[in-house]
Amino acid sequence: MIGRLLIVASLWLTPVLALDPGEALSDGALETRARALSQELRCLVCQNQSIDDSDAPLARDLRQMVRLRLVAGDSDAQIRAAVVERYGEFALFRPRLASHTAPLWAMPIVILLLGGFFGFRLMRQNTSTPLQ
Amino acid sequence: MIAELGHFVLVLALVVALAQALVPLVFLRHEAGSETALSFATRAAYLQALLIAVSFAALTYAFVRSDFSLMVVFANSHAAKPMIYKIAGVWGNHEGSMLLWTLILAAYGAAFARTAKNLPARFSSYVMLSQGLLGSAFLSFLLFTSNPFARLLPAPFAGQGLTPILQDPALAAHPPLLYAGYVGFSMSFAFAIAALATAGEPQDGRDNNWARWMRPWILTAWIFLTLGIALGSYWAYYELGWGGFWFWDPVENASLMPWLAGTALLHSALVAETRDTLKRWTLLLAIVTFALSLSGTFLVRSGVLTSVHAFANDPERGIYILAILVGFTAGALALYAYRLPKLAPDGAFQPISREGLLLANNIFLATATVTVFVGTIYPLVLDGLGMGKISVGAPYFNAVFAPLSVPFAILLPLGPLLTWRQGHLAPLRAYLAMGAVAALLLTAILVLLRGAASIMVLALFAASFWLVLGASLDLCRKLSPHRAKLWRFWTLPSSAFSAPLAHGGLGVLMLGILAATQWREEIVVAASSGQEIDIASITLRYDGLREIDGPNYRAEQARLTYMTGQHAGRYLFPERRFYEAERSQTTEAAITTDLTGHLYAVVGETANDKRVLRIWYHPYVAFIWLGAVLMAAGGGFGLRTRLRRRA
Repeated sequence: MIGRLLIVASLWLTPVLALDPGEALSDGALETRARALSQELRCLVCQNQSIDDSDAPLARDLRQMVRLRLVAGDSDAQIRAAVVERYGEFALFRPRLASHTAPLWAMPIVILLLGGFFGFRLMRQNTSTPLQ
Repeated sequence: MIAELGHFVLVLALVVALAQALVPLVFLRHEAGSETALSFATRAAYLQALLIAVSFAALTYAFVRSDFSLMVVFANSHAAKPMIYKIAGVWGNHEGSMLLWTLILAAYGAAFARTAKNLPARFSSYVMLSQGLLGSAFLSFLLFTSNPFARLLPAPFAGQGLTPILQDPALAAHPPLLYAGYVGFSMSFAFAIAALATAGEPQDGRDNNWARWMRPWILTAWIFLTLGIALGSYWAYYELGWGGFWFWDPVENASLMPWLAGTALLHSALVAETRDTLKRWTLLLAIVTFALSLSGTFLVRSGVLTSVHAFANDPERGIYILAILVGFTAGALALYAYRLPKLAPDGAFQPISREGLLLANNIFLATATVTVFVGTIYPLVLDGLGMGKISVGAPYFNAVFAPLSVPFAILLPLGPLLTWRQGHLAPLRAYLAMGAVAALLLTAILVLLRGAASIMVLALFAASFWLVLGASLDLCRKLSPHRAKLWRFWTLPSSAFSAPLAHGGLGVLMLGILAATQWREEIVVAASSGQEIDIASITLRYDGLREIDGPNYRAEQARLTYMTGQHAGRYLFPERRFYEAERSQTTEAAITTDLTGHLYAVVGETANDKRVLRIWYHPYVAFIWLGAVLMAAGGGFGLRTRLRRRA
C-alpha cells in the first residue's frame, strides 16, 4: 500500500544489479532466448524478482544453467521443466496451464464474456422501453 | 510531554469520530431532525480533523527533535539524517503512515463539511456519518494495535535510521499522494451509502442527483492516485538500479486495483449523472472501489503476501484490518441489496451511443481489475487449500493485459465522439478511416525503422497511435467553435481539454511502455580507467572513481565522459552510497535525458581491479510518466469545469 516505499525490504544490503560481465552468450539469438526465459524464472531466495533482475548467487547459478542448456540445444519447454523438477512450480512466474491453474487463465475471458452478456442484456432491456 | 499530548488528542479524536457516526443517527430518525444532525456532524468533522492534525504535528515534532524515547522514532530515524527525511520518516513506518491515513480521512471529512450545506441536509448527514464511522474504525485500529506514541524506556542515544533507499525526495511525497488517492475513495463510498440510505426519499424538493455530487470527489481521488502511482513507478525506475518501472508486485497491484476500479467509477458516474442510467452499477462500483482501497491496506499491513514488503507483518494488525475491510464492505453490500428496489429504473440508450461505449469501457476495466485481483490472491488461495505453491508474476499479467488493451484502446476514442442516447457513426466515418490509416502507417514506419516485432506488439503500437490521434481529433472538434480566441488559451473552456488529455495521455503512456520494453539496450562491462564503451550509437569513456562525502553517507563516484554526439564533453556521475547509521548501501544511477530516451549508468562492484559498469539505453521511457501526468491533468481540467459550473 505504501507502494514502492516498501518494495525494498529484501534490498537492504545489496542494490539490485543483475548479469555480470562475461555472462552473456555470444550467440545473439540464444542470448535473447536466455533473457526471455530468465525473466520468467523466479529467484527463490529474493522473493518477487526474476533471476534476470537479481544478483543473488542462486540467481546467477540458474542463469548459467539456463545458458548452458540453451547452448546444449535444449528447448525452452525442456529448460522450464528442468527448473520445475528441481525447484517446484513456485519458480515459474508464468504458471503452466494445468487443472489447478485453469481458473486463473480462463478467468479474464469469462469475466469479459459475462460483462458483454450482461451489458448487452441491459441495453436490450433499455431499448425495448421506448425512448422518451 | 508533547508525545503524551499527541496520544491524548488521538483518544479525543476517536470519541469525536464515534459521536460523529452515532449522534446524527438519532436525529435522522425524524425528517425534521436533518438540520440538527447536519450541524452536529459538521462541527464534529471539523473538530476531529483538528485533533488528528494536532496529534500528527506532535509526532512530526518528535521526529524533527529525534526523540528516541518514542519507539517509532528510534526504529525509523537517526539524528544525522537531513531534515526532509526526518519529516518524511513520520510516514516511513507502519504507525506513522496509518496516522497519515486517518489525517487525510479527516481532512476529506472537513473539506466536505465546508460544502455540505449545498446538498440536502439529510444526504449530507449520511455522508458524514459514514465518514465518522470509518474514522472511528481507523482511530481505534491506531490506538489499540499501532500506537505511534509508544514509549521506549530508557531512551536510546541513537536511532536505527530510515532505510537509505527510502531517503529520496520522490519517496517522501509518494505515500501522501497515494493515500490522498486511496482515502479519497472513502468519499465516493460515503456518497453511495448516503444515496442508498436516502433512495426514494424526497430531498427538500430537489433531485437526488448523487452521481453529480459524487463526481468531483471521485476525480480528486483519481488524480491523486494517478500521480501517486506514477511517482512510485518513477522512483523505482531511477533508484532500484536497472530501470524497471513496473514489477506487478502484489503491493503495486494493490494500488492498481483501486485505480482501475476508480477509473471505471469515474466514467459510470458520468453516465449516471447525465443520463440517469447505470445507477445501480455506479453505486456498486463506488463500494467496490473503496473496498479495494481497504484491501490494499489489508494486503500490505497484514503481511499475508509473499512479497518483498515484509516489514509490516503482525497478525493482530492484519486481523483488525481484515475486520474493518469485511465489516464495511459487507455492511455496504447489505444496504445495497436492501435498498436497491427503491432506486429509480435506468433510462434507455442504444448500443452505438456514448453510454454504450462507456459501458464497454466499464466491462474492460472491470475485467482488468478482476484479473489483477485474482492474479494477486490466486497463489495465496491455492497455498491455503494445500494445492501447491505457484507464482503469478509479470509474464502472466503481461500476457493478459496485452490482448485486453488492444480492443480497449480501439473503442476508447469513439466514446467522446458519439452523442448520448443514440449516436451515429456515419458522419464520423471519414475521420475514423483517416485516423485508422494514419495509425497503421505510423506502425509500418516503425517496422521499417526498427525491424519487425510480434503481431501483438505491432497491434499495441497501432492501438496506441490510434488513441493519441483520436484524442487529438476530439480536442480539435471541441476547440473549433472557439477558433477565434485560440491564442487566448486561458479563456478556452476547460471541459474541452479533460477527456482528450486523459485519453491521449493513456496513449502516450502505452507508447512509452512499448518503446522502453521493446527497444531497450544494455551493456555490462568490467572497465579500467580510460576504457571506451559503446551503447546506442553513443561512445562513453570511463575516467575512474573518487570518494565523496554526503550529509549522512560516503560514496564512490564514477565519472563517464561522453565522447560523441550532442552531449560530447559532458559527464555522467553514477554513485554507490554507503550509509553508516543504517549499515547499508544504495546505487544512484546517473541519467541523461534527451529527446529519444534516457542513458542510464550504474556503477557496480570491483572485479579483478576493474570496475563493473552497467549502462542502459531506455528509449522514450519518460513517455510513461509524461502520459500519467497528462492523464492527471485531464482529470484536473474535469475538476475545474465542475467547480466553475458550481460557482
